[in-house]
Amino acid sequence: MRRSGRAVAALLALTLPFWLANPYVLHVVIMAGIFGVLALSLNLLLGYTGQLSLGHAAFFGIGAYTSALLTLRLEWSFWVALPAAATAAGLAGWCIGRLALKLRGAYFVLVTISFAGVVSLVSINWMDLTNGPLGLPGVPPPELGPWSLRTKRAYYYLVLAAVAASSLACKRLVGSRIGRAFVALRENESLAESVGVDVTHYLVLAAVVSAGLAGMAGSLYAHYTRFVSPEVFLFTYTVTMVIMVVAGGKGTLAGPLVGAGLFTALPEALRAVTSWQWQMLAYGVLLVLLVFFLPRGIVPALTAVRRRS
Amino acid sequence: MLAVRDVAVRFGGVAALDGVSFEVRPGTITSVIGPNGAGKTTAFNTITGYLRPTRGEVTYDGARLTGLRPSAIARRGIVRTFQRTSVFPALSVVDNVRVGLHLSGTAGLLEVLLGRRRLRDEETRLARQADEIVEFVGLRHRRAEIASELPYGEQRLVELGVALAAGPRVLLLDEPGAGMSAPEKGVVSGLIRRIRDQGATVLLVEHDMRMVMGISDTVIVLNGGRVIAEGAPAAIQAHPDVIRAYLGSASA
Ligand SMILES: Nc1ncnc2c1ncn2[C@@H]1O[C@H](COP(=O)(O)OP(=O)(O)OP(=O)(O)O)[C@@H](O)[C@H]1O
Ligand SMILES: [Mg+2]
Repeated sequence: MRRSGRAVAALLALTLPFWLANPYVLHVVIMAGIFGVLALSLNLLLGYTGQLSLGHAAFFGIGAYTSALLTLRLEWSFWVALPAAATAAGLAGWCIGRLALKLRGAYFVLVTISFAGVVSLVSINWMDLTNGPLGLPGVPPPELGPWSLRTKRAYYYLVLAAVAASSLACKRLVGSRIGRAFVALRENESLAESVGVDVTHYLVLAAVVSAGLAGMAGSLYAHYTRFVSPEVFLFTYTVTMVIMVVAGGKGTLAGPLVGAGLFTALPEALRAVTSWQWQMLAYGVLLVLLVFFLPRGIVPALTAVRRRS
Repeated sequence: MLAVRDVAVRFGGVAALDGVSFEVRPGTITSVIGPNGAGKTTAFNTITGYLRPTRGEVTYDGARLTGLRPSAIARRGIVRTFQRTSVFPALSVVDNVRVGLHLSGTAGLLEVLLGRRRLRDEETRLARQADEIVEFVGLRHRRAEIASELPYGEQRLVELGVALAAGPRVLLLDEPGAGMSAPEKGVVSGLIRRIRDQGATVLLVEHDMRMVMGISDTVIVLNGGRVIAEGAPAAIQAHPDVIRAYLGSASA
């Protein structure tokens, strides 16, 4: 049953651009995929180690700028720029991890917020490198052999591959002793230490992997919109990611993807039917309802229902 | 051999430990007793790296433990439990124990991400070991239940399972029988004996004198942060200073 369900989902995902020809809808799906990678990345920290990063847009932005600059200025191939973007963001994650995770909790939240603020300021003011508030236009689309992935349909498959790879990475991580160490730190840090879990090592590791994934999402975003500006560091991006993870179900594998799909599609759907004020209101009401009725998120609630039946 | 040498710990004006020295002979059950506030838990915290002593040191087989982090001390085979019940609340019983097996695994980040075959063998081995430990502490019927939803006595057994999973050469138990019924305490005593018989050294803090006197090879008595007596259970029970310390605290 589960297996056939998964096969159907895979088939739908693989054929989607052929029966969903509307480019606008396809655009929303691609954005949902990019946010899906971001939500997966935030979930590693928030859902598994229990640390809230409110500066996650910084890792996303670092990835976007790294990839854009490497392809524009140094004319690197996208396929090299993508891992480089993940590495640059991962390095930033390492610094933040070393710096902030000794303190943890509220301090970690504060350090991540300030870090995002600083990186955003750099992107605005370092004109020579980033072109300041004007941003970097003309980021090239990825090339694959003789093809250029400039169509939405082609880019959809690239993002789909990234979502699949990120999910697989998270799944393997969570099912390993590394993932168990993450969860142990969330559940009971001193007990985890007493059985040999090195707190600093695993928290920094989680920060690095999480930031690296976010950097990869940033690169995908840059080469999709072909434009990077300091807006990538906007706090609203971080808030959106947190909402996706919490609403979908933090600490689950499917939750962030469900949340990303819902909260990318929802604002677009609302935009089609009502004015801006009503959109915000509806969005807010839905959030309150979700928090009220499904405090642990959509996926854990569904799992509980299925177990009961 | 675990050795505590001239250890002092101060909290502000309070001397929780005031020049404590003792050794724990390998392969024994050694108990630390003393009235409330005597410094027993403080001694455990110092040995396992949760507290830095203001003076003195702890060594194991001649190597200094003082200054190491708790996880590094666990890596050397010195594993403790906590006085206040301490489990991974949202995890099932068997998953609690699987976390305890952390040091028996070797998988690193790259191997995990690449999904190496060797890993699957390791995971199978760890799962089997976890089941054996769950069985050993007598919680097989609770295997898949969430730890925080178990009755108190069984949560204490989960803790014991987590600590055992870490493969202790020296196991420090802080009041494992507290709040348990008499039959449950009997079960714990039996487990402690079996752990010792399998080659581990047990350092036990416990208020239940029947349990202490029944299973200990050596008893160390702390009072006011100092060792006031040390010896075989029978000798300790007859020791005038010990009797005075306990009567004093009972009448207070
Ligand atoms: N973190 C701390 N801060 C301040 N004082 C402390 C702290 N921990 C322990 N103490 C004090 O140190 C002394 C020894 O406490 P400890 O917990 O080691 O006693 P104990 O022998 O384990 O007692 P019990 O049998 O009640 O568990 C007590 O006076 C206690 O109040
Ligand atoms: Mg105590």
